[in-house]
Amino acid sequence: MALLDVCGISDWVKEDGFNAERASVDKVNHFNFAAQTPELAVPVGVDPAEFLRPLVDSEEGVDGVKINLEHGTTTLAFKFQHGVMVAVDSRASAGSYVSTQMFKKVIEINPFLLGTMSGSAADCVYWERVLAKECRIYKLRNKERISVSAASKLLANMVVNYRGMGLSMGTMICGWDKKGPGLYYVDDNGLRLCGNMFSTGSGNTYAYGVMDSGYRYDLSVPEAYDLAQRAIFHATHRDAYSGGTVNMYHMRETGWIKVSQEDVGDLYHRFFNEKK
Amino acid sequence: MSYDRAITVFSPDGHLFQVDYAQEAVKKGSTAVGVRGKNVVVLGVEKKIVAKLQEDRTVRKICSLDDNVFMAFAGLTADARIIVNRARVECQSHRLTVEDPATVEYITRYISSIKQRYTQSNGRRPFGISSLIVGFDFDGTPHLYQTDPSGTYHAWKANAIGRSAKTVREFLEKNYKEDMESDTDTIKLAIRALLEVVQSGGKNIELAIMKRDESMKMLAQEEIEEYVTAIETEKQKKT
Repeated sequence: MALLDVCGISDWVKEDGFNAERASVDKVNHFNFAAQTPELAVPVGVDPAEFLRPLVDSEEGVDGVKINLEHGTTTLAFKFQHGVMVAVDSRASAGSYVSTQMFKKVIEINPFLLGTMSGSAADCVYWERVLAKECRIYKLRNKERISVSAASKLLANMVVNYRGMGLSMGTMICGWDKKGPGLYYVDDNGLRLCGNMFSTGSGNTYAYGVMDSGYRYDLSVPEAYDLAQRAIFHATHRDAYSGGTVNMYHMRETGWIKVSQEDVGDLYHRFFNEKK
Repeated sequence: MSYDRAITVFSPDGHLFQVDYAQEAVKKGSTAVGVRGKNVVVLGVEKKIVAKLQEDRTVRKICSLDDNVFMAFAGLTADARIIVNRARVECQSHRLTVEDPATVEYITRYISSIKQRYTQSNGRRPFGISSLIVGFDFDGTPHLYQTDPSGTYHAWKANAIGRSAKTVREFLEKNYKEDMESDTDTIKLAIRALLEVVQSGGKNIELAIMKRDESMKMLAQEEIEEYVTAIETEKQKKT
């Protein structure tokens, strides 16, 4: 710039010239969808995964202190002819301690978009709330709701910046947009899959067993409700880290509805009596 | 008059003189016309008369930004090149992040925000181009937008920029019909509008059309001549 030349400063200030990326004209950018501006600052000089390992993985922890990250869940979602079914349990555990039986593992991003949570509760809650913020901003800027594929891609792009740093998150983004019902699985590695049926969490194998044996694309609505509920129930029955209540949502063309919230104890008696 | 040096400074009566001067530069550029029909969008530009030794094909004033969007400009060609490059990258970036093609409005908003940033920054001058951006969104709606050096944009049914834009726009206002069903009518309107200001007829017109779900097509010289002949015949019939 002219003034710099006059003061003789440009000799010893390495000016990058007009490097478009770093010029101040280009810094404010509403079009990068949070992909390039990391929402969470990582401290310099610390490798988060290495820092966490002795606290979490070893027997005695550090100075006798051990951090039990909250894991343990069963969540599932599947597409069928009348939309998408989403069912989750509600237990949050820290090691063998049950923190709560009433944890909300489904985040309602907007009337046409839901996100489930499994893995570390803190990571899921934080990142899905950031996703909800981005979805709201998208709607304000573009005057139409974000598509399911875009929302899941945003989430995947956000967490891939922190790959290898110890995030633990397995989530399903479900919704209904212009292209119809949408279901995507996104995890902390940045993996993003489109599919018709997913189940995540420590109890997912049990849920898959029940879901796979009863699933057809042309299920009726009551049949789908029953299948989703049964799958979560059976997972909570066998998996120590799942339990509480079964929260069930149905994503339809007109938006999602919360179908039911039933305690697994009541479900046990209902299914037990059926068998008689 | 001393308020036109650093463009970040307002004049006492609220003008950004550099932006106004940029608009003057646009008025010196060759005319461009855009028409939005029901199933087709059309952009036409006045071809500059090239020197004898110059290759005709290197002067391209209609550029495609993506499979579903293309634009024409009036003003400084070099500035337009920068904008077109950035817009093309943004279209692909949008496809990558959102998994859908950018809507015409989105890419217009992006181009306008670049132009606006250059009106509010030290040491830089505004872009000296106005552009007409046309295309179809992926749900099939056609759009025509016009941007100007200040960074504002508006949607139009038909518009013209560059030299004699006012004359052409008046012609369009008189002759634009709301529901032009046929593609031929839309194309003929764009050509007739350009013929108002272009010297020596069809030879100096460059035309691009895009039908829904098809890619942009630059009309060959012979096709343009066909339309021009048809227009002349119609004119003869009327008089």
